[in-house]
Amino acid sequence: MRHVGRWIAAAIVLLLAAIVIHSVATNPRFGWGTVGDYLFDDRVLRGVRVTLELTVVAMAIGIALGVILAVMRLSPNPLVSGGAWVYIWFFRGTPVLVQILFWGFVSALYPKISIGIPFGGPEFASADANNAIKPFIAAILGLGLNEGAYMAEIVRAGMLSVDEGQTEAAHSLGMTRLQTLRRIVLPQAMRVIIPPTGNETISMLKTTSLVSVIAYAELLYSVQLIYAVNFKQIPLLLVAAIWYLFFTTILSIGQYYLERHYGRGSTRELPPTPMQKLRMRYSRAREETA
Amino acid sequence: MTAPMVKAEAVHKRFGRLDVLKGISLEVAPGEVMCVLGPSGSGKSTFLRCINHLEKIDAGRLWVDGSLVGYRQEGDKLYELRESEVARERAQIGMVFQRFNLFPHMTALQNIIEAPTRVKGVVRESAVSQARELLDRVGLADKADSYPAQLSGGQQQRVAIARALAMEPKLMLFDEPTSALDPELVGDVLDAMRQLCSVGMTMIVVTHEIGFAREAGDTLVFIDEGVVVETGHPREVLEHPKHERTRAFLSKVLS
Repeated sequence: MRHVGRWIAAAIVLLLAAIVIHSVATNPRFGWGTVGDYLFDDRVLRGVRVTLELTVVAMAIGIALGVILAVMRLSPNPLVSGGAWVYIWFFRGTPVLVQILFWGFVSALYPKISIGIPFGGPEFASADANNAIKPFIAAILGLGLNEGAYMAEIVRAGMLSVDEGQTEAAHSLGMTRLQTLRRIVLPQAMRVIIPPTGNETISMLKTTSLVSVIAYAELLYSVQLIYAVNFKQIPLLLVAAIWYLFFTTILSIGQYYLERHYGRGSTRELPPTPMQKLRMRYSRAREETA
Repeated sequence: MTAPMVKAEAVHKRFGRLDVLKGISLEVAPGEVMCVLGPSGSGKSTFLRCINHLEKIDAGRLWVDGSLVGYRQEGDKLYELRESEVARERAQIGMVFQRFNLFPHMTALQNIIEAPTRVKGVVRESAVSQARELLDRVGLADKADSYPAQLSGGQQQRVAIARALAMEPKLMLFDEPTSALDPELVGDVLDAMRQLCSVGMTMIVVTHEIGFAREAGDTLVFIDEGVVVETGHPREVLEHPKHERTRAFLSKVLS
């Protein structure tokens, strides 16, 4: 028999899987019935919606900020690139949990927020920080500003991956630095930027759970509120886990197709998608039986 | 004599501690085809890139069509042009690169219409019809919707020529346009360039194609170690080189 090692390894994997499945299915304390009861509970679904909102808004802020910071870092002006460097240094150098807590308590630091001329000039509008910085704003600031620092490095790496000759060709055609960036460099940088951005989005979906520390009812805090009353911690944490897993799976599939889209032009022919492969196999099987 | 299209006066360029150009002076008349020959590292490509300000010169003066490249002169002082002004100057100078530098995320047609529509504000329809005409001229009418990766090197370079021509430049710069091509693809690119010569385009061609320089060139310049060693009619320079360095170079290239 060939590949003896492979057969043994496969047998071990199957055995371990069987043990896990048996235990998960037969241990009553998993409370699968309770999981079913709460999976589509209104409070849980509201938490799911908030988690998705947080993910989308924080990533949007992160990506926009990342592009701006990356362009700033590649600027020939040392003050501009230095400013971006300091931003990235600070926000990557402190834990995101600390940043979220910080924004949660920011009203202690600046009790009043106002828009106007700085250094004692007139004020146009002002608000009490406690009212202006609601948990949602604090969560968005904490997650988005932090993400901006990471996205900046991703976007910068993408822009640096584009051949210098592309910029030269665009410049030689009379395009300005910004036109070149927007039309030539960034679209090509996308191929390098998209995969890690997908990872960042998936990671963001999970990181939003940290916002529970400032009592903002996203998915995790929503199930915590429920088990604080009924003490069914494990089933409710499973509910949260199932939802997180569901959306990270969807995001992974979306990322696959996005990567394919931006791979255009780099290879002569794109490899088939899993769906196309299935269809090909199906039609081949039909031909063979016919 | 008409005013020169390109005039260089003691152009110097340094990269760090390396003097690449040590005082290049030459003139190119409108409609003239100047071929630039020289060993690698002689500074010929750098000089070409100075003409459209892809490289800043460190000393000397460089004019294209009567205006200083990259600078504005007021009295004795030179002021660096703003980015948009440099871009406007560059828009009138076409450049073809050794490695084509087509935009890989755009089709051949999109490559060609990009600058006319974005830079010159030409309406899309007329840019497209002009682009198709140009593609037809370089023999690639059927490749309008192909991406660069689907084209051979020779085809890519001809698209690159069409892309540069779409800006209706008054001067074309060629930086070793055939050096990255398989030998059997060189001919088509040279044909496209010859066609340009015949319509009176002013061209500066850095090349190793001695044959092209001999037939199509009006002038031949031999550059070595950052200086112009010899200038003259191509046949004259190729057959009766006056300078020892020219002779040594030609004997290596022609043998």
